[in-house]
Amino acid sequence: MDGERNREVELTIPMLQDMELAASRVAEALAEVLKFDEEKRAEVSMALLEACINSFEHSKSEDRKVYITFQTAPDELKITLRDHGVGFQRESIDPPKIEEKLRPGVRKRGWGLKLMESLMDSVAIDSDEYGTTIVMVKKK
Amino acid sequence: MAETFTVNVAQDNGIWIFETHGYINNLAGEAISEKYREAFDQGGRQFLFDLEDSKIINSVGVSILIEILEEIVERNGTMAFCHCVPIVKKTFNIMGITQYASIYETRSEALAAMREN
Repeated sequence: MDGERNREVELTIPMLQDMELAASRVAEALAEVLKFDEEKRAEVSMALLEACINSFEHSKSEDRKVYITFQTAPDELKITLRDHGVGFQRESIDPPKIEEKLRPGVRKRGWGLKLMESLMDSVAIDSDEYGTTIVMVKKK
Repeated sequence: MAETFTVNVAQDNGIWIFETHGYINNLAGEAISEKYREAFDQGGRQFLFDLEDSKIINSVGVSILIEILEEIVERNGTMAFCHCVPIVKKTFNIMGITQYASIYETRSEALAAMREN
């Protein structure tokens, strides 16, 4: 496979336990084609795991599927993830803080977006009552 | 999809060592939590998690480790990790876990440091 050409790969995964691993393996393979270093490959993989899990857990989509498009350019990998769920408001989600999470009775979860935004070069979210689209880009 | 997760528990001079094998997801987190509870109930207060064979984690699994960390911090115990691959270290840094739990390169290094506590 020639890593210098633009390519597009589409993947649809069901919202089932551990299916996020299938998506992350495709991301990692494409990042390898683009000759991303090991650290960046792992970051892409982890960010996509988190994006899938967020969709699995919160979208309430009726078709229970996540639609992923991977687009490669010579110097970047762009991942677009869509679900047909109920959507969410990005601004309603406060960034999690460990000191708050360690308080008794506080829910420990809610780290997905923070991880995605920390691990990728850009993350754009478009969400409404018909579903959510997340576009994540990682540069080489 | 993922291989079956397992966790082996051993004790070394009062330090409880959890050696994990496989993807740390929600189910793995619950399995770790169950073993941790047994150790805690037996008086354990120092816990080392050896992640050499857990190269993939997710935030749901790590959230269960934060539940464990909450109790350990509250009881003045110690939580530490060793053999973490770079993405696991980075994830723990982003989540702030490293403010409360040390990460060591090797198990022997971790045990030596924890014995001094």
